[in-house]
Amino acid sequence: MNIQAMKVIYKAEMLRTWNTLTQSIASPVISTSLYFVVFGSAIGSRIQEIEGVPYAVFIVPGLVMLSLLTQSIANASFGIFFPKFAGTIYEVMSAPISSFEIIVGYVGAAATKSLILGIIILITANFFVDLNIAHPVWMVAFLILTCISFSLFGFIIGLWATNFEKLQLIPTLVITPLVFLGGSFYSVSMLPPAWQTITLFNPVLYLISGFRWSFFEVADVSVGISLTMVIGFLGLCLGIVWWMFKTGYRLKQ
Amino acid sequence: MKTIIEISQLSKVYDTGHQALKEIGLDIVQGEILALLGPNGAGKTTLISTICGLVSPSSGSVTVDGHDIISGYRETRSLIGLVPQELTLGAFDTVWNTVQFSRGLFGKKPDPAYIEQLLKDLSLFDKKDTELRALSGGMKRRVLIAKALSHEPRILFLDEPTAGVDVELRKDMWALVRELNKSGVTIILTTHYIEEAEEIADRVGIISGGELIMVEDKQTLMQKLGRKKLVLDLRQTIASVPQSLETYQLELSDDGSQLTYTYDTVSNRTGITALLKSLSDEGISMKDLKTSQSSLEDIFVSMVRKDA
Repeated sequence: MNIQAMKVIYKAEMLRTWNTLTQSIASPVISTSLYFVVFGSAIGSRIQEIEGVPYAVFIVPGLVMLSLLTQSIANASFGIFFPKFAGTIYEVMSAPISSFEIIVGYVGAAATKSLILGIIILITANFFVDLNIAHPVWMVAFLILTCISFSLFGFIIGLWATNFEKLQLIPTLVITPLVFLGGSFYSVSMLPPAWQTITLFNPVLYLISGFRWSFFEVADVSVGISLTMVIGFLGLCLGIVWWMFKTGYRLKQ
Repeated sequence: MKTIIEISQLSKVYDTGHQALKEIGLDIVQGEILALLGPNGAGKTTLISTICGLVSPSSGSVTVDGHDIISGYRETRSLIGLVPQELTLGAFDTVWNTVQFSRGLFGKKPDPAYIEQLLKDLSLFDKKDTELRALSGGMKRRVLIAKALSHEPRILFLDEPTAGVDVELRKDMWALVRELNKSGVTIILTTHYIEEAEEIADRVGIISGGELIMVEDKQTLMQKLGRKKLVLDLRQTIASVPQSLETYQLELSDDGSQLTYTYDTVSNRTGITALLKSLSDEGISMKDLKTSQSSLEDIFVSMVRKDA
């Protein structure tokens, strides 16, 4: 096991965040605050409670997930895409380091960043609303699982992308719609029956639902299914990454 | 002499169908400086990249210090340092950080004293806190060398090390290569400049069209194929070479003013004295004479041509 290699990749990636602190931390905090002002205060004051939870509070888990998903993908995909783009990946590829160690370094750093971000958003949210977390341990478990899964997913996109356009393609065309339609700002029960069924095919729904349950014990789908879906997604991403490294996909000729 | 890298029947066909390497077989001896010489697109970089793990071989095998490059990649890669052809460096890292990063990647614990000495040897120490994007091309090349040496490799690959490099850096680099070689590091460099191979290498391998045409000791290669020419400018033109001079196999220029004698540099008797005597016996007088030795370049051109 090449511990040193994992350490230096992790450290270098974390240093990159530190150097771009404004983009990495400040911008998600500002955008979250804006969501609170618009959805929470302006619109939320005219919306009734949802399943006994005030609207401004109800959207907190969705907001955290929204940032977590987009930031995990953005961080991890850029982290591996840039060395590939600049050609500096040659060094990692010629080093005595296994695919597993490469993933621990890059994905570990991206997931750490997202986790820190999630915590910062929760703290920010606490300034706007009164948050009571019913199941803190499950909350943290969902948080960590999501950070790792979607950082892995971002890593896959970063490996797959051959240019900057492709790097943005999946996050913009797939992830953002899925998050918005996955019940981040509403309960699925508020939708017409036909749409409720369609929404059940959206994997992000399970994520948000499970995460929301850990706060308010209110969920669109049962928490067991949520957890299974998240772990399933993690397994799928692990499988894809394993295949990519095994075949040298977009890394080796 | 111990073989440190053993390449056998190594072939590489890219997805595009291009066959970059054709059954390459080569033993690299521990402690030597081997120059791989060949035109652009000959397969030099593919060969190096395969040994270093950047390109998967299509068939054949490579072992480094007895370990297979695929099943024993941890052992083989730990021994190798690679200086790539392109100036591939990040932008916002500092020189110090990027060299530290390289050392860590290769599994070595941080050693600030070693890195400091390395940067000093490469005249980079005063730039240690400079961001990579602010460096000149020559400085970037030095950083790449520092990165390759950061984990104290036993084998160093230099892919076209002098491409776009000024005279000073070139001198520094050769001095460093010799120094490293003296300490026991095996060095493999690729180049398409013949003078470079001639200047620094112990052995020269010639690659063309994905094939290793030959590998020879530089001296042997030059002697084996190196012939000298003696060109005689005549005072008066002659119509043909006199019968008595036939044994020398002289070539007469078209205008009859120049005779060329080709001789072997290795043989003790070059026949020059006898030739000059015979010429004076024939009453042929000379204005001037000059000799020239065929360089690696001539040898190389004739080899590649023969192959084509």
